[in-house]
Amino acid sequence: MEDMIFYDRLQFAFTITFHYLFPQLTMGLSLIIVYFKWQYLRTKTETYNDAAKFFMKIFAINFTMGVITGIPMEFQFGTNWAKFSELTGNIIGQTLAMEGTFSFFLESSFLALFIFGEKLMGQKLHLLTGFLVFLGSWASGYFILATNAWMQHPVGYEILANGQFVLTHFTALFSNPWLLPAFLHNQMASVVTSSFVVASIGAFYLLSQKNEEYGKLFLKTGILFGLVSSLLVAFPTGDWNAKNVVKYQPAAFAAMEGIFHTEDGGAEIVLIGQPNMVEKKLDNKIAVPNILSFLTYQEWDKQVKGMEEFDKSELPQNIPALYYSYHMMVGLGTIFIGVMALAAFLLWRKKLYSFAPLLWVIMFLFPFPYIANITGWYVAELGRQPYLVYGLLRTIDGISPTVSSGNTLFTLLGFVGLYLLLGLLFLLLVGKAIYAGPKPQTH
Amino acid sequence: MEIFWYIIIAIVLTVFFILDGYDFGTGIIHLFMAKEEKDKAVIAKAAGLFWDSNEVWLVAGGGLLFMAFPTFYASVFSGFYLPLILVLWLMIFRAIGLELRGQFDYPMWKSIWDKSFGVSSLLLALFFGIALGNVVRGVNLGGVENDISAYEAHYFFLPLWNAHFSPERTHPGVIDWFTVIIGVIAVVTLAIHGANWIRLKTNSSINEKLKTVIFRLSLVLVALTIFSLIVWHVIHPQPFGNFADKPLLIVFPLIYLAGIAGLFFTKSDRMKFGSSSLVIVGGITSSLASIFPMILPSTNDVNESLTIYNTSTTEYGMSVAVNWIIVGVLLGAVYMFIQKRLTAGKIDDMDYGH
Repeated sequence: MEDMIFYDRLQFAFTITFHYLFPQLTMGLSLIIVYFKWQYLRTKTETYNDAAKFFMKIFAINFTMGVITGIPMEFQFGTNWAKFSELTGNIIGQTLAMEGTFSFFLESSFLALFIFGEKLMGQKLHLLTGFLVFLGSWASGYFILATNAWMQHPVGYEILANGQFVLTHFTALFSNPWLLPAFLHNQMASVVTSSFVVASIGAFYLLSQKNEEYGKLFLKTGILFGLVSSLLVAFPTGDWNAKNVVKYQPAAFAAMEGIFHTEDGGAEIVLIGQPNMVEKKLDNKIAVPNILSFLTYQEWDKQVKGMEEFDKSELPQNIPALYYSYHMMVGLGTIFIGVMALAAFLLWRKKLYSFAPLLWVIMFLFPFPYIANITGWYVAELGRQPYLVYGLLRTIDGISPTVSSGNTLFTLLGFVGLYLLLGLLFLLLVGKAIYAGPKPQTH
Repeated sequence: MEIFWYIIIAIVLTVFFILDGYDFGTGIIHLFMAKEEKDKAVIAKAAGLFWDSNEVWLVAGGGLLFMAFPTFYASVFSGFYLPLILVLWLMIFRAIGLELRGQFDYPMWKSIWDKSFGVSSLLLALFFGIALGNVVRGVNLGGVENDISAYEAHYFFLPLWNAHFSPERTHPGVIDWFTVIIGVIAVVTLAIHGANWIRLKTNSSINEKLKTVIFRLSLVLVALTIFSLIVWHVIHPQPFGNFADKPLLIVFPLIYLAGIAGLFFTKSDRMKFGSSSLVIVGGITSSLASIFPMILPSTNDVNESLTIYNTSTTEYGMSVAVNWIIVGVLLGAVYMFIQKRLTAGKIDDMDYGH
């Protein structure tokens, strides 16, 4: 059992991490593409239209990769997590099937039209198809997060005698208090990723002195979207999520923040420190007193429960991984706000385009929003452990009873090899598109 | 309610096999017939422009199956673990083959991805046929040894094949000579379907030749169909019992026959494509009708077969989903209609920037 669940979890974590590289870009990028297209209709400046088409090319490559790596996710529910599928299919089957039926259809049908329908449809309809692609990709995120929200905070269900979870209130799935904050936080985070990518390509063009007109436009747009979204990720959406964790998963919250012991007179916020699981403390800690109590409850000396208050079987199994993921996400988010604020300031003073050091930083910063987004997803998933459905169904009880660990290991290795190849091909294609640059007019 | 969902899911999956079926078939034809670069490019494009919007139907069908028949989804997906993961990998190879071939203008680059597209299309068609064969034949549910069920009633794990490669009653493997026959039928059917699609959508120079190919493959299909009906007796105690009991079900084999007849006697490319679609519809629905209301027969006497009744979810879950599926399917049909309208006509006459 132990190694069965280890390989099942590893396989799911690996395949979903790889998959999530693509939708987080497409969700944010579709918004920026709609913005470019709208600006084109408003100002009739061709550069905007070229920019929209250029990023649609990048979008299309990412979308394809998202589809290719997304289908295994649906399969794995049945292949590796059969018990989980049987027990919860009545509920999360609803949201997952809705994702396929409503958003995936919308996105893929209109993507094809957006890519090759500009001449056939005229500019206004072209903007509309772009908007529908955006709508489809965000709806997709919504249904996936509705699924995840139910696993984090189950609502509207009943448990039958045979252990099956069945739906009793359909509307509860979408009014889950966990859902809206998680959705908004996630969407803003994907706008961060895409604006950093847009800004990074802009910085690359300026530094390499090619396509400079586009470079300036990309940089300006990337910084505009990047500044707004990175602020919104932290506040109010991030804050709102953290309060939900405190309320519904207090054990996960203590582990995220690295609080081993409950302190009277307010909890400190830990900036740096390494969890020491043997001595139950943080090594090399740098912390500011009372801030955590204030952020959580708006009271300086309110008590925050430490991990000692919970039964060991209720605590997340991998506390250091959860702690580091959380601190990386928060730390990177703070850096993003700083860089974007500085860039926006220089842009306003008209000094940015010639200030090479910051351009270099922006160019090389694009992988970090990906890391922040993925660690954010890990925080949610590791925090939910040891449960698949929080408080109700343990992860160990969700795996396929008849699939042995050897099979899972074999298929995991297959996925690793295949995704390595896919990743290389992806970089090649995107690199080629960026190198070729946006084209004035069509073709 | 179970019957309603069973029909909806059957429709969604059949639409998938009609739509993505021509992509598989196009790949098979591409592998064997396309020799010149011009043909290869236009044939790959005839599949490449549409595969992702076609695959949506598989994702939707999978999601609906998961929602309405969770026990079936869970037992079948874990039971056919290895073949399903292989199918996934093949789907990935087929998709990247289509997406990548046009990206660089080197002959070696193109030929690698052409092979990837062609071979994985062929194997996928074979695997989907084998899957259908398994559903009709049934599996050793619950892993029964010495008349004792080794696992919970509906969980099983099927080996890829057994020692004799035969569909013997109690311990069949995924691949045996019966399922392979069904697999070959699927390959031939989809090859015909793909060839019809190429004739419909392209001005390729091999289109004349494809006419003969379609005719010959149709003859092979007739021969294989008759042969499979004969061997069906071996694996199924009362092969035509369901049709005798419920005469209405005979409409499905009739659809199949109509499709076959259409392949031989219709003239226009559009009608031919319609005919091969009918063959697919008839083939899938007849197979499902032959075991209805079972969806996976048990080959042992200890565990009961999986039916649409003992694997379905609750009444509330299914009825609440009825409300949104109607909207969803209508929307899907509208999108598809708009897309097909705007992409009507021959591929090579159009200026697609992909």
